[in-house]
Parts: sequence; structure tokens; C-alpha cells
Amino acid sequence: MSDAAESTAPLTLLRDRFGMDPRSLEEVIGAVLSRQVDHADLFFEYTTRDSVLLEEGIVKSGDRHLEQGIGVRAQAGERQGYAHSDEITASSAMLAASTARAISEGPSSSGAVAVAGSGAPPSDLYPVETAPTEVPVAAKIAVLNAIDAHLRRADPRIQQVMASLVSEHRHVLVAASDGTLVGDVRPLVRINVQVIAEDETGRREVGYQGAGGRFEIARLMEEEGWRPVADEAARLALVNLEAQPCPAGTMNVVLGPGWPGILLHEAIGHGLEGDFNRKQTSTFANRIGERVAAEGVTVVDDGTIAERRGSLNVDDEGVATQRTVLIENGILRGYLQDRLNARLMGVSSTGNGRRESYAHLPMPRMTNTFMLAGQDDPEEIIRSVDKGLYAVTFGGGQVDITSGKFVFSASEAYRIENGAITAPVKGATLIGNGPDVLLRVSRIGSDLALDLGVGSCGKDGQSVPVGVGLPTIRVDDMTVGGTEG
Amino acid sequence: MTADLLETVRRALDRAGRAGAHAADAVLVESDSVETRVRGEEIDFVTQAREQTLGIRALVKGKEGLRSAITSTSDLARDAVERLADDTVLLARATAEDPHAGLPEESFATDLPDLGLVDPSDREITMEERIDEARRAERSARDVDPRICNSEGSEVSSTFSRVAYGNTTGFLSEYESAVHSRSSMPIASENGAMQTDHWFSVARHRSGLEEPEAVGSRAAQRALTRLGARRVRTCEVPVIFDGVTARSLLGNLVSCLSGYAIYRGASFLAGRLEETIASELVSVVDDGRLPGGLGSRPFDGEGLATRRNAVIERGRLESYLLDSYSGRKLGMASTGNAGRSAGSAPRVTTTNLWIEPGTGSLPEMIASTERGLLVTDLFGFGFNAVTGDFSRGVRGAWIEGGETVYAVEEITIAGNLALMLKGIDALGSELIWLGSVAAPALRIERMTVAGES
Repeated sequence: MSDAAESTAPLTLLRDRFGMDPRSLEEVIGAVLSRQVDHADLFFEYTTRDSVLLEEGIVKSGDRHLEQGIGVRAQAGERQGYAHSDEITASSAMLAASTARAISEGPSSSGAVAVAGSGAPPSDLYPVETAPTEVPVAAKIAVLNAIDAHLRRADPRIQQVMASLVSEHRHVLVAASDGTLVGDVRPLVRINVQVIAEDETGRREVGYQGAGGRFEIARLMEEEGWRPVADEAARLALVNLEAQPCPAGTMNVVLGPGWPGILLHEAIGHGLEGDFNRKQTSTFANRIGERVAAEGVTVVDDGTIAERRGSLNVDDEGVATQRTVLIENGILRGYLQDRLNARLMGVSSTGNGRRESYAHLPMPRMTNTFMLAGQDDPEEIIRSVDKGLYAVTFGGGQVDITSGKFVFSASEAYRIENGAITAPVKGATLIGNGPDVLLRVSRIGSDLALDLGVGSCGKDGQSVPVGVGLPTIRVDDMTVGGTEG
Repeated sequence: MTADLLETVRRALDRAGRAGAHAADAVLVESDSVETRVRGEEIDFVTQAREQTLGIRALVKGKEGLRSAITSTSDLARDAVERLADDTVLLARATAEDPHAGLPEESFATDLPDLGLVDPSDREITMEERIDEARRAERSARDVDPRICNSEGSEVSSTFSRVAYGNTTGFLSEYESAVHSRSSMPIASENGAMQTDHWFSVARHRSGLEEPEAVGSRAAQRALTRLGARRVRTCEVPVIFDGVTARSLLGNLVSCLSGYAIYRGASFLAGRLEETIASELVSVVDDGRLPGGLGSRPFDGEGLATRRNAVIERGRLESYLLDSYSGRKLGMASTGNAGRSAGSAPRVTTTNLWIEPGTGSLPEMIASTERGLLVTDLFGFGFNAVTGDFSRGVRGAWIEGGETVYAVEEITIAGNLALMLKGIDALGSELIWLGSVAAPALRIERMTVAGES
């Protein structure tokens, strides 16, 4: 399938499979509009997913899912009306339209509103030759079996291996009252490996590693693709077997490159989402132009990086994604906007209007959020710490955007003693305050790395894929939660 | 509509059988939901949705066991369902034989009691009434105190569902249920610092919900008590969890009791059956047939009758939570805890799970604590089921001389769940159902609090 044909696929799919052409979309949008309605749109989605999971040495089951539906939305001032259905027909769309527009008063404008365009996004950041869900399940199973065999040969302490390959192929189409008509075809693949290791004393520890993005699944199915992931999961489990209880208290912390960028996501990213700032419920509200980070700290959200898990050609409101500077050399520069909050705040959408699926209203969400590289040598950064913590890999995090307090948990961390990395520690939780944690960044490494493509972000019950990135940085006086006083 | 659900399930099963499945089961979930949020005086959103999803599991016979696959779709057109059943069987042929796979061997549910999971009159409530309730919650939150200056809004929602389940042994049944909720999330502000908290009420019948005004004002009170929060020095002290956070602790515990975590060796409680794992104050029950319970269902995700399971009795671990697969792996019978959504294989879920209340009250517990921490919010995901290591962010209040003296934040508590369970030395008498899991306030004799040096 050529790229051009593939990128207009959502429009073709909607017409051929569900009998809805652009003209019927125009009628639905027209039915939502009235004098009071500021914006109306229709979102169509057709998603296939499959996954295979290996445990105890065998792939016991495979699964495959189809999710499809349409949602129709009306915006009037701050109000939004939304109705969605998994039945995709012109009549169900018209019914949804009348439900959505009930939030506005006054008669419908009646008649159609023109939408135009080829239905293709402006560019394609993630073209694939083969949809990941088209690759035969038997081939995916063979990869998992190879991972299992490889790990069981690797070390006798490895007791359990769980591995999975997850494929998603999503078609979306947005038609809106401003004339937007744009589709997007979004592949998303992921590999996960979890290892449980046990030592001679019976102590058990777990290690996890994953990787993925919007690219050919074949890349994860080649040995060069899966082997580093499997080896890293095993290494982490074995490191954790040696890990000691984590110290508790305030100390200088060095965060490694890549996934520790979750710090930015939790500490400042959510607080800069437009909805919280329009409503003035974020600790960052009205602070544009103020210093919120140390000199040298520049943080961006960039949805336009090819093949990344957090990237999109257009967001779920049909707006092209972009690179948005959030913090420039320590000064707060911008918020992340969707259409509603941008309109109410008198700015433009930054292409961050995202939703989990057709069954959800869009909200401002992050894409790939990272700090730009600095000048410092990563090894020198570690040497600069007398007594502290070096945290390399993290599990999940959470933030309260109103008070600014955030927390995230390390799954691989070490003590730093006299400028050297020493014993691994387990269960380190870092807690802090979003508006001041970046003020205490004292070193920024030259080694910016993005994560391996496994992040998911939850907000208001909706989960979307995201990316993060960070160079090695030193943060002074962070609170580390552990058990050793 | 009802006949349609069962008919679709039957058709999927027939087709899977004709396509070569040795056994199969199917579940169809249909739901209608409405939700609104009001913020200040203005409607924030109104949403309305209707969804139907069919899930099929096919089991294909091999020499040493069954091969299995799961599929789901929201396209319920006749040809789509038949194609899906065929695909499920094809997919199953690609997977490995598993001697433990299969439908339950236990007897399927025959008595299907009316558990009071839906009140038909609740369907008559209009969107205008819901908007009005959200407005009332919002207004009463803001009326509590002038320091309540803003909010993330108040929400009112209802979901009505039907679940139909059948399998190739002939079991075919369905039930209806509903979940209604009212919630409020106000923001308190003082000296330029903002704090938020929320409160909510959730029930099978709208008549079981707290009044909108009560939800709003309680949310506001909770937000106000957080004002002026500060950190404390790193220390080891007794830690009291209120009913909301004790619930979260119970959630961490129960993730370690799932049969899957046990047979994979991914739980620190594997192999500990019939051992004392907690203080003798602690008894935990899972009961799938509580009238009106938010976790109640007449049969589980494999068609087995739900029941009451004593999980922990006076500190002794009496039972894991099992579906038929994890039960077979462990040489035990299912405990009727199979959960099943249309898009997933059966897996272990709790039904209504709670810690049996004790005799004290939360104020008494605080009064008998000379110096310690009251936890009213737990956040972050710092729990490791394999080791029991626990380290999470908290908010709450500092206790000095048997009284809460100021709010605290930006601190963590850490310990190991195995020791924390044994260290429970007081249990409250009040149980609030904020979902299908409930726990009374409880005190753990000693944990590490990390804060300032």
C-alpha cells in the first residue's frame, strides 16, 4: 500500500465499510451547530489490537480486539456536550449530534457545514509497510519463545519469564465546523519482558524492561530488537537481588538519562496543561514569564519526532502537533493547549488535544516531554556528589497539580558515596514540589536520551501513550523515601 | 433487547463449535452511561454513551491440553460475530497446548438471586436533574468557607449495564446492574497556597447515595484541613490510615493474594496459606453476594456461583482468591472470583472485599497516639508485590499529644507489607463503601516517615 493511499485510509474506511461519505459528515456537523455553538466536531475511530503473552515457557493464549465508534461534540462557551456510540451509521451520528447540541440553547443552524481536505495529515511521522496487526500471530509467538529460551540459558537464578508483544493499529478521522477534515493512521507496537530471579537464600526480586513506538513491529521481532530488552530485564532482576534497603531523608540525587524524564512529566508537565491553567487550579497558573527552573533548564513537549510512542501527525482534534517550549533557560514560557482551552484563553491550540478513544472527550495532554542537553560530563556529575542517590530506572509517578506535590518510584537506584556509585538500593520513592524542584537542578549532562517507548499517562480516567526524556541531571536536596533512617 | 444479548452469545458459541473449538465461552456487555460536571455555576460537560462489546474465548483440543485465544469486538452484526468466532478458533490453533486450560469443572451457578443491583426507577432521572444535583454539590462546597475559592467541579454520573455470559457446557445467563455516583473536588486557598481534595458517594441505587450537599461540604472540609501543610523530619512513628487510605492498603494486599501472582511466585504471600500473616485484629472477607454491593454479581466471569470467602481470619491466611485456571495450577477449586470483561480472558478479581471493623473510632485512635502520623491520602505506585516493599507519598496530619496539630505533605512512608500487616495494633469500627473494597481506619505501630533531614 502506498503512503498516500494509507494516509487517506480512514476516510475510505468510513465510506466503504460504514457507508458514510464527507457529505454525511457535513450534515452531522451542521446538525450540531447553532448560534450558540462555538465549535462542533465528529471523531471516528477504528482500532485493531492484538497481543501474545508468554509465561512458564509457553504462549498460552493470544488475543485480538476490534474497537470502533464515533463521537459527536458541541462546544458553547465553557460547555461541552458529547455523545458517542459504537454503532457507526448516519442515523446514530445524527442522534449523537442532537444529544451533543442539547447543551446549547436555540435552534439548530440546519443544513450542512462544508468540510474539506484530502483526509490526509500534513506529513506522516510513522509510515509502516505492514500494519502490526497484520503480522501473523505465529511469528510473534516464535519471538517470545526465543526470548524465553535465551533468558533461561542466561542465568540459573532466573525463575520466571513473562514476555509479551502488543500491536495496535488505529485509524482516526476528525471533521469539524471550521472545515477541518483530517485522518491519521497510527501504528503502535510494544514489547515487554519481566523476569523474576531467586537467589540461594530464597530471596526473589523482579526486573522489567520494555520498548516500543510507532514503527514496523518487525524491528522488535529481530534478535537485535528484543535481545537488549530481555537482557536488561534480567540484569535488573539480578541487580535487585543485591539491593539493600533505601536510605530515607533529604539528599542530593542524580537522575540518569532517558526514562527518569518522568520527573518532568509529573513535576511540571501536568501542571502546564491548559485546562488547569484556564481554570486556575494549577500551581503554575498565571506564572508565564516567571523563573520556575534553574538557569540552563529548557523543557519542551514535542509531538513531531518520527516514530516515537508519544508522537502524532495530528492530535485527536485534527490539529497538527508541534514542538512547544514549556521552560526556556529556567523561565516558564508556555502551556499545552487543546481547542477548548486555547479558545477560552485566547491563544492557539498547540496540538495537544488528545483522548484515549472515541469514548472520551479530548483534554490537553503531553506528547514527548524532555529536557534539552546541557554541557556537563555525566561522570563528573556523579563525582560531584559526596553522599546521595543515583536513580536510573523508574516505575510510575503521580502528581497533585493544585498543590504541586509529586511522587515517583525508582526501580533501579544506587547509593553515591564519596563521588562513586556503590550499593544498589530498593524501593526508593522520590517526592517533591513541582514549582521548586527544577530550581534545584545544579548540573545538566550532555547525554540527553529519550525513553524506550513504554510510557502511558493517566488523567481523569483516560490513558494515552507518551514519551519522556532527560540528560543526566543533579537535583539538590530531594526527599527520598526509604526505610533506613 | 434481552433476547438479543443471549441470542448473540449463543450464536457466537455455536459458530465457535462449528469452527472446531473443543469448548468456548462468550460474554456480551452492554452499557448506557450519562455523566455531567458543573464547575462554579457553569456546566462543564454533559456526555452520553452507549456501548456493546462481545468477547469470545475458544479452546481447541491438542494432545496435551487445550490451546486458547480471546477476541472482542463492538461490531455485533451477524456476519461480523460469525467471522470473529472463526478467527478466534484460528488464533487459538497458533498458541501452545496448556494442560491446565479449560472451562471450570466446578458446577455452574444454578441459583441466581436478585442482589438488588439496579433500581428501575433510576432510569427515569433526567439530565436536568443530574445537572441540578451537581450544582447543589458545587454550591454547598463553596458555601462551607470563604477559603473555598475555586474547584475542579462536581460530577453526577450513572451507568446501566447488562452482562450476558454463556459457555459450551450449556450455561447461559445474564444480569443487570447499575452504578451511580456523586462527587465534588473543591479547592481551598490561603496565603497564596492551594490545596484540593475530593469526596464522593457511589451506590447501585440512587437512593443509597449521600445527598449532593453532603458530598460537596465533606469535600470542602477535607480540602480545608490540608491548608498550611508542611513537612516533618525523617523519623519512625506509629502511622494511622483513615478509611480512605486503609482501603488503598487493602488493595495492595489483595494484589498479592490473586492465584496468578501465587502460582507465578510473584507474591510475597506465595506458599503462606494457613500461616499467620497479619495481626490477630485482622480478618478479611470477600463476598460476592452482598445485597446491593458494588462488587456483587450472581455468577462470576466463568459462570460459577459467587460466594463468601474468608480470606484472612484473625491474622491467619485462609484462602487465596482464585478462578478455575489459577485454582487448577495450585491444585485448588475456584473461589468464584473470576472477573471477565469482554476484552479479556478470565482473571482473578475481588467481589466485595473488606477488613472486618474493630471496636475503636478514628478519634480514639488519634487520642491514644502520643506522637505519629495520620494518613488521609496515599499517592504514587511504590508497592512491589514480589517482595512486599512499600514506599508511597502521603498527605495527612501530624499527631502530637493525642491530637492532630497541623497538616503534612511532601513526605513518604515506607516499610514492608509483611511487617506492616503484623504491626496493625488498632482497628476502627466504621466501614465506608467507596467502591467494592472497604476498610476501617487502622494504625500500624511503626513505619519510616521520610521528610526533612
